[in-house]
Amino acid sequence: MTTPVLEARDLHTYYGGAHILADLSFVLNDGEVVVLLGRNGAGKTTTMKSVMGLVRMRAGTVHLEGADITGREPHVIARAGMGYVPEDRRIFGDLTVMENLEVGRQPERADAPAWTPERLFGMFPNLAEMRTRQAGRMSGGEQQMLTVARTLMGNPKVLLLDEPSEGLAPVIVDQMVATIQALKAEGLSILLSEQNLHFATAVSDRAYIVEKGRIRYEGTMDALAADAEVRNTYLTV
Amino acid sequence: MGEFIVTLLTGLSSAAALFLVASGLSIIFGVTRIVNFAHGSFYMLGAYIGVTAVTAVGGGAVGFWVAILLAAVAVGLIGVAMEILLLRRIYRAPELFQLIATFGVILVIQDVTLWIWGSEDLVGPRAPGFTGAVTILGQRLPEYDLVLIAVSPLVLAGLWLLFNRTRWGTLVRAATLDRQMVSALGVNQRWLFTGVLFLGSALAGLGGAIQLPKGGADLLMDFNIIAAAFVVVVVGGMGSIGGAFLAAILIGLLQTFGIQIFPNSTLILMFLVMAVVLIFRPWGLLGKPEIPGHGVVEAPEAPLRPAGRGLRLAGALVLAVLLLLPVAHLAVPAAVDDFLLVLVIDIMIFVLFAAALHFIMGPGGMVSFGHAAFFGGGAYAAALLVKFAEAPMEIAFWAAPAGAALLAILFGWFCVRLTGVYFAMLTLAFAQIAWSIVFQWGEVTGGDDGILGTWPSDWASSRIAYYYMTVGFVVAGLLALRRMLFAPFGYTLRAGRDSPLRAAAIGIDIKRHQWIAFTISGAFAGLAGALFVYSKGSVFPTEMEIARSFDALLMVLLGGVHSLTGPIVGATALTWLNDLFSELSYWRFLLGATIIALVLLLPDGLAGLGDTWLARRLGLAAPASGSGANGQETPA
Repeated sequence: MTTPVLEARDLHTYYGGAHILADLSFVLNDGEVVVLLGRNGAGKTTTMKSVMGLVRMRAGTVHLEGADITGREPHVIARAGMGYVPEDRRIFGDLTVMENLEVGRQPERADAPAWTPERLFGMFPNLAEMRTRQAGRMSGGEQQMLTVARTLMGNPKVLLLDEPSEGLAPVIVDQMVATIQALKAEGLSILLSEQNLHFATAVSDRAYIVEKGRIRYEGTMDALAADAEVRNTYLTV
Repeated sequence: MGEFIVTLLTGLSSAAALFLVASGLSIIFGVTRIVNFAHGSFYMLGAYIGVTAVTAVGGGAVGFWVAILLAAVAVGLIGVAMEILLLRRIYRAPELFQLIATFGVILVIQDVTLWIWGSEDLVGPRAPGFTGAVTILGQRLPEYDLVLIAVSPLVLAGLWLLFNRTRWGTLVRAATLDRQMVSALGVNQRWLFTGVLFLGSALAGLGGAIQLPKGGADLLMDFNIIAAAFVVVVVGGMGSIGGAFLAAILIGLLQTFGIQIFPNSTLILMFLVMAVVLIFRPWGLLGKPEIPGHGVVEAPEAPLRPAGRGLRLAGALVLAVLLLLPVAHLAVPAAVDDFLLVLVIDIMIFVLFAAALHFIMGPGGMVSFGHAAFFGGGAYAAALLVKFAEAPMEIAFWAAPAGAALLAILFGWFCVRLTGVYFAMLTLAFAQIAWSIVFQWGEVTGGDDGILGTWPSDWASSRIAYYYMTVGFVVAGLLALRRMLFAPFGYTLRAGRDSPLRAAAIGIDIKRHQWIAFTISGAFAGLAGALFVYSKGSVFPTEMEIARSFDALLMVLLGGVHSLTGPIVGATALTWLNDLFSELSYWRFLLGATIIALVLLLPDGLAGLGDTWLARRLGLAAPASGSGANGQETPA
């Protein structure tokens, strides 16, 4: 059996006294798109942040291509090949589009697709037309594209995409679906978090359902599609 | 006309040093979110090192400029040392805790400078090639002033290129906006911080060195420049270098023209400008309103707990010791001497002062950099009543809290409109205005000579009677403050601190509550001032100085802002340390080093230590490392 690209085992994360993640484990295999599904507050974002080293876990381990990255600092994890696209975009509003990309730039990596601004502009044509625009003056959809492009500038092997469809117009959501499919075709392994089952189904191979910081269900998207009971229990509002 | 032009040029040249220091301060704050109080000390070091370097390098015009640059680099490296040895270890501590650390650095640098260069003012070397004067429409202007006028735009252009045309500059600007995201993109923040500290400190050092031919070097430079630099940074806009440039020129001109027009109110003018700017454009002339959210958010604060059995017992014990101390004094005068009683009176006064500040700082979340205005203001209110109306203590004493409360009502009305660092800066501005009035309005306040002859009435004039009176007022004051915090008013205040939007949404008028709290805090600080002025028999402008405000800040932060015992412990420790070290020749160094050591060892403050120790003993401790998320992240 080959080593998974990303493996999280028994994560426990607390905010103050509140137990946010309890015993959460998942696996992401090479070239896969896996989705963490769950309602608001289930612990999806905290999972992403824990993996990225942005919040400190109390217990558990994270391995990236077999190497232990548990408790490492975010910049070390990023340089090891993990790309993180935050839920709320967090673009640098005062910086131009080109400058935002520059902040994300890291050296090329032999085992991951290499990105340049020009290549990214091919993928996100909207951005190409506003290279010198202040990022804070762009629409939400454009900002969402920029935050993905910025992370890709780091030439990651693994992409953590936190709720990429949140708050976007339907036409932009479709564009995001196409983007994720293109990135998968490039060979990236992608962990995504979503509340939107429709969106998740369009792009993912497998799903984990998170509730109250625990994994409640694990299966392929096809199996989930066939299991109305699970969907009703954990996903419908 | 000639006079006007020369005054204008003089103003522009005096803006140079100000701009260099302020831009460094602004850059450091922008990225690290640390208000570096030690920045004035770096400016002073730049001047002293510059004098030494010019002598050592020699070699005429080239040597002079090489020496100036060497001084800047040396100071930059000192800034790096401070970052690596001190700040880096406490980035995760609560934001304000780093203030204390930089304050400790000020004290250490003061004494190190004194030790190396001595107490005499040094005359600055003259710049070869610029020793003469030019004549403009019949008025003479030193040639070197023209050099200084050219320096600011050159540095501004250099900084602009650095920040807009280099990768490092782009990363720094990104980190100013959201440093956590920068690190998630693979940038090692640590080196970014170190680089920023180098640049900012070197700019301060350059400012100190480059003004040498005009001003020389002396030991008061640090505090003299830091107040003005704060004004420039705030007026220009935190983090905006162009703003610092503009504001430095504005303040420079204000000072030179101000001296001609209002010779007695130059200091007031500067802070008045700052107050006006903060009121109408809180984020400064060229700054941007701070977007809440992606800054560093501290972990939610644990609720205040009512005193447990242990704490009540300890309180009762301390009170018993306090009450019995004079008895011991009468019984064994050798062991419990007069000095000890005086020290305990001092301690109690500062405990009340610190508790008053803590009232708004901890539960209110409003950090005041200018609380000496109310302590000293109260003291002056009482003293003025004695001076002009010969009021007896029974009346004049009450003028202090009343006067301080009125002052707080006035200042507070403006201040509560702002939050965070801007609030702090506005309180500083008002305090400095109050101080300038007292200092410069000699006919009424006696200026530097202060007001003498504020002695207690006969019944309270013995040491022991005054001692008991102080105990009474301080204990009553502490209990009253504590009672208010556990009343609905206190809950409201904390709700406003923790979640202003939600508090407003349930119908709480936060600003009004903050204003009331600010007034209460001012009144109690004034009460402490009253006790002070009658225990010393006099009051001087020093009681309203920045240093006095910082004392209170230090006491609260050192004791621990998150607990009600914090200010009591902090004030006791600091007053006692001050007294202990004051006899020694290098007391500042010792005090500064002690403060730095405490900061490094006890990031939760002294009372925090007691809390965890007690909690562990009683088996109440929360699971280890309970503050999740590096103490940096809000739950998402």
